[in-house]
Amino acid sequence: MFSRSRKCMLVALLALAGAAQAEERLLRVCADPDNLPYSNADGAGFENKIAELVAQDLHAKLAYDWWPQRRGFVRRTLGAGMCDVLIGVPADFERVSTTRPYYRSSYVFVTRAGESVPGFADPAIRQRRIGVQLIGNDMAATPAGHALARAGATANVTGFTIFGDGPAAQRMVDEVDGGGIDAALVWGPQAGYFAARAHKPLSVSIARPPAGTPEPFEFSVALGVKRGNKALLAELDGVLERRQRDIDAILAAYHVPRTDAAGEGR
Amino acid sequence: MKPFLAAFFVLMNLMPAPAPAAEPEGEWHMAARDYGNTRFSPLSEITPANLPKLSLAFTFSTGVLRGHEAAPVVADNTMFIVTPYPNLVYALDLTKPGAPQKWKFDPKPAASSQGVACCDVVNRGVVYADGKVFFNTLDMNTIALDAKTGKELWRTKLGSIEKGETMTMAPIVVKGKVLVGNSGGELGVRGWLTALDAATGKIAWRAWSTGPDKDVLIGPAFKPFYAQDRGKDLGTRSWPGDGWKIGGGTVWGFLTYDPETDLVYYGTGNPGPWNPEQRPGDNKWTSGIFARKPDTGEAVWYYQWSPHDLHDYDGVNENVLVEIPVQGKQRKVILHPDRNGYLYVLDRASGQVLSATPYAAITTSTRVDLQTGRLVYNPEKDPTAGKTVRDICPASSGAKDWQPSSWSPRTKLLYLPMQNICQDAQTFETSYISGTPYVGASIEQYPGPGGHRGEFAAWDPVARKKIWSIRENFPVWSGALATAGDVVFYGTMDGWFKGLDAKSGKLLWQYKAGSGIIGQPVSYRGPDGKQYIAVLAGIGGWAGTIVSGEIDPRDGTGANGMVNLTRDLPKYTAKGGMLYVFALP
Repeated sequence: MFSRSRKCMLVALLALAGAAQAEERLLRVCADPDNLPYSNADGAGFENKIAELVAQDLHAKLAYDWWPQRRGFVRRTLGAGMCDVLIGVPADFERVSTTRPYYRSSYVFVTRAGESVPGFADPAIRQRRIGVQLIGNDMAATPAGHALARAGATANVTGFTIFGDGPAAQRMVDEVDGGGIDAALVWGPQAGYFAARAHKPLSVSIARPPAGTPEPFEFSVALGVKRGNKALLAELDGVLERRQRDIDAILAAYHVPRTDAAGEGR
Repeated sequence: MKPFLAAFFVLMNLMPAPAPAAEPEGEWHMAARDYGNTRFSPLSEITPANLPKLSLAFTFSTGVLRGHEAAPVVADNTMFIVTPYPNLVYALDLTKPGAPQKWKFDPKPAASSQGVACCDVVNRGVVYADGKVFFNTLDMNTIALDAKTGKELWRTKLGSIEKGETMTMAPIVVKGKVLVGNSGGELGVRGWLTALDAATGKIAWRAWSTGPDKDVLIGPAFKPFYAQDRGKDLGTRSWPGDGWKIGGGTVWGFLTYDPETDLVYYGTGNPGPWNPEQRPGDNKWTSGIFARKPDTGEAVWYYQWSPHDLHDYDGVNENVLVEIPVQGKQRKVILHPDRNGYLYVLDRASGQVLSATPYAAITTSTRVDLQTGRLVYNPEKDPTAGKTVRDICPASSGAKDWQPSSWSPRTKLLYLPMQNICQDAQTFETSYISGTPYVGASIEQYPGPGGHRGEFAAWDPVARKKIWSIRENFPVWSGALATAGDVVFYGTMDGWFKGLDAKSGKLLWQYKAGSGIIGQPVSYRGPDGKQYIAVLAGIGGWAGTIVSGEIDPRDGTGANGMVNLTRDLPKYTAKGGMLYVFALP
């Protein structure tokens, strides 16, 4: 008698647990705990907001695995099975499978409002004090960095390394704000966010690569999943299709400069 | 006290402290054993005749799984071992059977330092001097321990991992100063060599590798041999703008000291973190060699192996002090096998290049001009953005990387652990780091001419040629050891520890370790009077990180292209740090 009732309870509990499991789907996202405007551990970045949106659309509970987005990020996150989704990766990133892109941006010049924006074709670019992000991998530079070197702009260029107090993009924009440099060549989402927080009015202008530049200045950004996870990819593509307007609103709130139709049209 | 005796003692006190006496021949106090970096043991019990009988004496697990590059150090009947991160130090009691642990020290380095290190979280060894053990931690501390108790005597923080700096090198102690250098050239770190007071840990001097003369400790004593190294503030003027401030030139190789010239010699790392086009100029004082006075750090001469380095050829490979005839005259010289593929013979006092001979396949340059001292690059192999460049030899890891050679004054041969690797800088692929998309060169390394990836060779610096050479399947990433018994030892990445006849190169003995060997073999005399050979196994390092770091073998560009080269390594070995010690039965 006693034993039978225990068994019944167990069966009931298992059923409940199963039901709970079905409802409590987890969307596991790997993100940098300290990399605004993209993400931070407080959920204050636009990729945090997009992760919440995707989780909500999939009726899933959002769970993060935090890892700094440095060398080895993909290997130690998606690669190690710590999560299912990366929120922002270049759309042609070969290390992961990517969804349809949900925004496109560009390298931009951040300058003080009212001052002229440098152009790669103008030899005067060599005299301007310009900041550029340094990647730190052998022979690698940002596309804008390669274009600067080819335009002969080396003597007045300051490099900002990945390591330092705060993101390189923030340090560069602060230097423009404080008058230490004249212009910063920054990837758009970072430029828009930090320029909007500067003391002085700053302008953000799409940097146009000189003719014949082999490296693109523009990149489309998508969600990334482990290579070959087609089921999840299809689900996420569905979410992006349904929620593109909501995503546009999030990106606009973070001043992300866009070079795709959504950015220019809406 | 009689007057003349008192006077004698006064005189003794006035005399400069003598250089520490050469250690007992049965001990091994620093990674390279001696100041001259010969790694030659004067012990001769083990010979080609009895080497085949060499047997395992004891083992010790370090409990750490990453790449073990350190040399075991032996002094006062104790063996000292430092592991890769978390940089545990073990003292083993050699007087007791099985060499039980005497003490263990855990420096508790910051966990975040692991993500900063470029090429696995290695450490290349401790140094023993005057009853103390000195070592570096990955998170930028130099620590002194009491060798008897393992008690911490002092620790000095020398930099910041938040700026990308780490420390992996083995210090040396010269005239009461501990000499240490930093790592992290790819990350915008500015290189330096720092001298610490061995008694207190207080910084005595720091010599930067880039910047104005006052930072580089260049003054009136500086007399470089070649014209291009003379002039004011070349450490800033050979860079555009402020590029020198984050210019690399880190000091992570082995240090050499010559008591006769009273000079410390060491190499500087490659310039960074810029793409080469963005840093026109020679980028001094990177990828070269400094000679400095140990008391003050003052530079006496400098020579640049790879001016305006294009291929990640760090100049940090070992500098070995030998005496050989050059054009019929006996000379005191430095032997330096560089990553760029040339084996240099330099005059110790002046820094003049007496010869520079290719010791590996080279396509990136055509020769070293002995008139000007300059390396003559082959412009066809210059990395250019947007262009695919094939057959770059040697690859970035060089004809030989950090793994130190050994010199036998008996055979007059330099025993060289080598790579045989070339690389293509392929079509560019999109990458993404710290929220910044970019297009990186995808570097893929592959075996050089002959199809083998490694080599162990005996080099005659007088005849300027290889006397014998052994091909290895994998890069030989371990150090070499030569002994007075005319045998030499090295380890392979697939776990074989090999003993050869030093004269003929004939393989006489080998032992299969549990993990690949990238450590530095040493030899010592035990309290029982027997000669022992010791080496740490534990795969890892740049070449072995595919195993120790569990990198996805499908991405050939991982570990800066090294994964393409060693993707089969996981089939041959697994990770795990273990000390192996051998003796005759």
